[in-house]
Amino acid sequence: MSLRSFVSRPTAHGLQVLERGSWLVFMVFLWWGVSGFATAQTVVPPERSLPLWQLKSGLHFAGKDVQALQADEFANPAQLWLNQGAQAWGLPSAANGKSCASCHGAAATRMQGVATRYPAIDAASGRLFNLEDRINQCTTRHQQAPALTPESDALLGLSLLVTQASKGMPLRVDIGGAARAHWQAGAALFTQRQGQMNLSCAQCHDQNFGQRLYTDPLSQGQPNGYPVYRLEWQKPGSLERRLRSCYAGIRAEMPPWGALEMRQLALYLTWRGEGLPVEVPAVRK
Amino acid sequence: MAFARIQWPERVLAGDVVKVRLLVRHPMDTGYLQDLLGKLVPRNVIRSLTCTWGQQEVFRVEPSSGISANPLFEFFVRADQTADMLVEWTDDRGVKGSLRQTLQVLPKPSA
Repeated sequence: MSLRSFVSRPTAHGLQVLERGSWLVFMVFLWWGVSGFATAQTVVPPERSLPLWQLKSGLHFAGKDVQALQADEFANPAQLWLNQGAQAWGLPSAANGKSCASCHGAAATRMQGVATRYPAIDAASGRLFNLEDRINQCTTRHQQAPALTPESDALLGLSLLVTQASKGMPLRVDIGGAARAHWQAGAALFTQRQGQMNLSCAQCHDQNFGQRLYTDPLSQGQPNGYPVYRLEWQKPGSLERRLRSCYAGIRAEMPPWGALEMRQLALYLTWRGEGLPVEVPAVRK
Repeated sequence: MAFARIQWPERVLAGDVVKVRLLVRHPMDTGYLQDLLGKLVPRNVIRSLTCTWGQQEVFRVEPSSGISANPLFEFFVRADQTADMLVEWTDDRGVKGSLRQTLQVLPKPSA
């Protein structure tokens, strides 16, 4: 300042303004560059269409009778399949005499929280597995038994049993690493219009939940009750079966059983419902 | 495989009237529904279900096609003494199922 005081006042003032201005521009560029670098380095969690406080389990949209049936620990028909699962858990395989229990121990304690993490990447094969895939992987690799049929009572019993061990625990899936691309594919599927009805999942379950579709209230499509006992099916069914029902509803082309597409969509749905507690054994209409 | 569940209150005293709840796993196909390929699913309902408590038959039902899948039955028995409750059923295909569970009856405390 002392140097500049020799210069005539208006010029000094002009220089100062220019100097400050260029500093400001420089700082803005610096901040922009640094923040851009930061975004490239740290993964920003993707934006959620439904914040935690807005998440509602399908039970919220169910009738009082369905809610009562789910709450009744004896009359809840899913218990019959849970009984079967509990029996199968300790049943030794014919091939090598191994049962689920001989590796894993008691399902209720040792399987706690497992179901909340699926669909997940299988470390050995690098493929995206849902819980049923994982059970079948164990059956074929460790028990050397034939794989269980999708939607068979035996598989549903086991998946119900394992999921029930996480009852009350919040859903939390890993969408980083190898799962990232699958999550992105699932997110794209969720918002993609398809089928003869030209509807996307988001149009019903993000934008219009709580409204009525004919006589039924639209739910948010949350996966926290699956495998679920549905009165329509008169038996329990997996999330994949439920997704297929939606595909049929919008008259979309049905992917084959075990399609990756369904697992990707399930991964996105589970991420979208993160924070909701597992409700199994659940009952839905 | 046949699966069923039976339930009564945890503590049953002699002379109590006890509500027994029975849940049986069965598809109860009415014969009017089609499978995914459009073929009619043949009628298959529980033809007869009986509950025998000790030596005495306490409940018998012949559900028709109007009863839902995985039916829930409730009935009352007067508890006299500890005995086995035996549930047996047969369906249209001739498949039989059974469940046996002991109903513990505690002596009534003298007041």
